[in-house]
Amino acid sequence: MKEIIDASGLSCPQPVIRTLNAIKKTQENELTIIVDTETSKENISRAAQAQGWKVDDVVFEDDQYRILIRKE
Amino acid sequence: MVGIETSDDAAVYYINDETALIQTLDFFTPVVDDPYTFGQIAAANSLSDVYAMGGDPILALNIVCFPDCLDPAILSEILRGGQDKVIEAGAVLAGGHSVSDDEPKYGLSVAGLVHPLKIMTNSQAKPGDLLILTKPLGVGIINTAIKGEMASPSAVENAVFSMTLLNRIGKEAMEDLEGVHSITDITGFGLIGHAVEMAEASNVTIRLNSREIPYIREAEEYAQLGLVPAGAYKNRDFFKEKIFMSEGVPMYLQDILYDPQTSGGLLISIAPKDAPELMNRLEDSPVAYGCIGKVEVFQNRFVIAE
Repeated sequence: MKEIIDASGLSCPQPVIRTLNAIKKTQENELTIIVDTETSKENISRAAQAQGWKVDDVVFEDDQYRILIRKE
Repeated sequence: MVGIETSDDAAVYYINDETALIQTLDFFTPVVDDPYTFGQIAAANSLSDVYAMGGDPILALNIVCFPDCLDPAILSEILRGGQDKVIEAGAVLAGGHSVSDDEPKYGLSVAGLVHPLKIMTNSQAKPGDLLILTKPLGVGIINTAIKGEMASPSAVENAVFSMTLLNRIGKEAMEDLEGVHSITDITGFGLIGHAVEMAEASNVTIRLNSREIPYIREAEEYAQLGLVPAGAYKNRDFFKEKIFMSEGVPMYLQDILYDPQTSGGLLISIAPKDAPELMNRLEDSPVAYGCIGKVEVFQNRFVIAE
């Protein structure tokens, strides 16, 4: 089971903080983050890159973005 | 004399050959936890619109929204912060109005005076002018980091110092320089947005040299960490048809250019002959500044950032 961080409904910058914490803790090479604003989607892409990860895939479904990030 | 047509900073009403009245109003929700500091920031921001029109504030009224459930001592601190800034500006605070609301909000309606021939609008930038920006950018990004409890003490200190600083310093530095053609203050639309407004109102193109933009150092790291406020993305999307952003501008610097500012500085369009004198005077003041670009004849886009 891949790790999923559900940050939907959280206001900026909480989704980014959760993503940064998850990247720090995880043993996995990929994480899925769920957010519901364009701002959070953009910011998570920046946060991932700053940690040496990259956005692999973004799926927009039911007003939510499922962002797959992967360790480079 | 100045209305809504040119997206300027305040309304200006002609009284007689010697005097015009500047009237402005602004208020917002807290950007910092400390109520006294918030009061100072909100007041400095409201007073700024008068300075951006070339005037001097004379009279201010409080606008307050405050929840019934919060300690009234917090409100007293907010008002004390506002009062102190109004006094520093040399104006009089003469009461105001408050309503009960779920979220605190504070600001001022400010009246100021200016000689009708010395009104500084955002619509008189001339090709050949240099552009001077006072105050560093990046406070929106720092405020986002503060919300996320990620901001370093020095980042907070620098942002608070900048947000509480009156634009009176910048305004007085250029007072007797006849080469000053146009002024606006940098607030919610970010440097890019307010530069677009100035260029559009003046029918010119503004070319920004992003390497010369003053910004609070930590904003670079926080932007790269994704601590960019929603307003910056809104500004990027809203102004994209009117600007050209060179690919050579690093992403974090683009974010800083779009970053909405709280109580931001002044963007001054000035003839090159007077620019060195203005910069000399700013050098001797506590205000950070930069010579960040120039004004050119209109060429397809209102702002070119490179």
